[in-house]
Amino acid sequence: MILGTLEQSLIFAFMVLGLYISYKILDFPDLTVDGSFSLGASVVAISLVNGIDPIIAMILACIAGSLAGFITGYIHVKYNITNLLSGIIVMSGLYSINLRIMGRSNIPLFNINTMFTSGNALLKIILLLIVVKLILDFILKTKFGFALRAMGDNEVLLISLGINEKNIKIIGLMLANSLVAFAGGLLAQYQGFSDVGMGTGTIITGLASIIIGESVFKETKFINMTLLVILGSVMYKFIISITLTLGMNPGDLKLITSIIVIAIMGSKNIKKFKGGAKLA
Amino acid sequence: MLKLNNLNKSFTNNLGITKNIFTDLNFHMKKGDFVSVIGSNGAGKSTLFNLIMGNTELDQGKITISNKNITNFPKYKRNNFMSKVYQNPSFGTSPSMTVFENLSMADNKGEAFGLTFGLNKKRKNYYRETLAELDLGIEEQLDTKVGSLSGGQRQCLALIMATLKKPKLLLLDEHTAALDPKTSKIIMNKTSEIVRKEKIATIMITHNLQDAIDYGNRLIMLHEGNIILDIEEEEKKSLSVEKLLNIFNEKHIKPKDNEVFIG
Repeated sequence: MILGTLEQSLIFAFMVLGLYISYKILDFPDLTVDGSFSLGASVVAISLVNGIDPIIAMILACIAGSLAGFITGYIHVKYNITNLLSGIIVMSGLYSINLRIMGRSNIPLFNINTMFTSGNALLKIILLLIVVKLILDFILKTKFGFALRAMGDNEVLLISLGINEKNIKIIGLMLANSLVAFAGGLLAQYQGFSDVGMGTGTIITGLASIIIGESVFKETKFINMTLLVILGSVMYKFIISITLTLGMNPGDLKLITSIIVIAIMGSKNIKKFKGGAKLA
Repeated sequence: MLKLNNLNKSFTNNLGITKNIFTDLNFHMKKGDFVSVIGSNGAGKSTLFNLIMGNTELDQGKITISNKNITNFPKYKRNNFMSKVYQNPSFGTSPSMTVFENLSMADNKGEAFGLTFGLNKKRKNYYRETLAELDLGIEEQLDTKVGSLSGGQRQCLALIMATLKKPKLLLLDEHTAALDPKTSKIIMNKTSEIVRKEKIATIMITHNLQDAIDYGNRLIMLHEGNIILDIEEEEKKSLSVEKLLNIFNEKHIKPKDNEVFIG
């Protein structure tokens, strides 16, 4: 059980890294992820059924995810639709698109070659995750990465540096959603099926992982933000799996997650308030 | 350098009442001109900046910088030619990034933000020296996040970042108004020094009449969208706050008490 939880949590870590880009760096609460997670799974499932190589299927999933991110970003900057609403619009549109892609609401992948048919699944996932983490760390240290970080921080500054802030927003969302779709595709291969509803609650899972990671490791040296969100994702999955072994109904999981998010965010604010009272 | 030709701008409010801010405004400035702009609230100072920056669309008219017509340029493209320092210190910097990261970013203004390494290590010593001249201790904090600097330190950093790539035009929007008198003085002197050394055409909006007189080689007064006073060079040197106040009164403009700091 521990191995399975670890593997799953590391698969979700790709999604959390994506959400970290949109939610934390760009300061964009991107609800598209609920749709793009399933999108990645749908694309991978239909590709595998049609005999496409599992790795190429993953690349297709990334492209599909980045397209979803592009649409969210485009309608946000072009038509001035608020960030929250842009995400919701694309997310609900994606539900129908995912059904169209798969042709039905779920596709089983048993007896089909996936990335995990042979070899050590955990090792493969960890290697992939390290590569993605290092690429992301590199990107955030480049000039483009600086522009991304400044975007969420201070849009006025970005414009004053002669950067087209709209493009940065769109590219950031494309990057974020391609990671989310990648996670969705990987999960479909890992668990051997794709379901149109598997993305529901992705945003809250990701959010919980990020804030758990932050509240535990924020002050720790040698743990940068990307490692922090990966660790957060692992911790979150273990918390959930422990609650399940304690006899909790799986249907209550989303509620538990929401309560965890509220509890951590709330406790932070209570601390802040107390700190303020002391000063006064 | 900067030419504003026949600018027209009006706003229509919710009740359908149209208010003309500028009617055929003309304004030219030379390279190296340092113009102080004074005028009471509603005179059109901020709208002028917004039109130059591209935050507000022109109804009619033409804006050129160094013979380049930028009237139809989007905001971010105009910023290749100009920089602005805001009244609010947090507008000019990125708080969650370090001082070094902020300066490296500013050093890349107008160029591609691609996948090359972001920190500009070659210029680190230059940054340190430039910051040390301010004597505010920022040079010791290159790896500190800007969010934990004081307002004055942040504003100094914003000024340095805005002028690092020698823009053709520098816009200062009451950039010392939110600071204590000492820091405000440091920033004003640094501004004047940079502008003179780099010969950057500068427009400074201020409510501090003494600053408007002390700094720059030209002073204009805006009133209801018109330039009602334009004083240059030698004539400007003979100005005093009293004289300016008299002109204010002659034109029947009553400055508010808090707009007049003497000293």
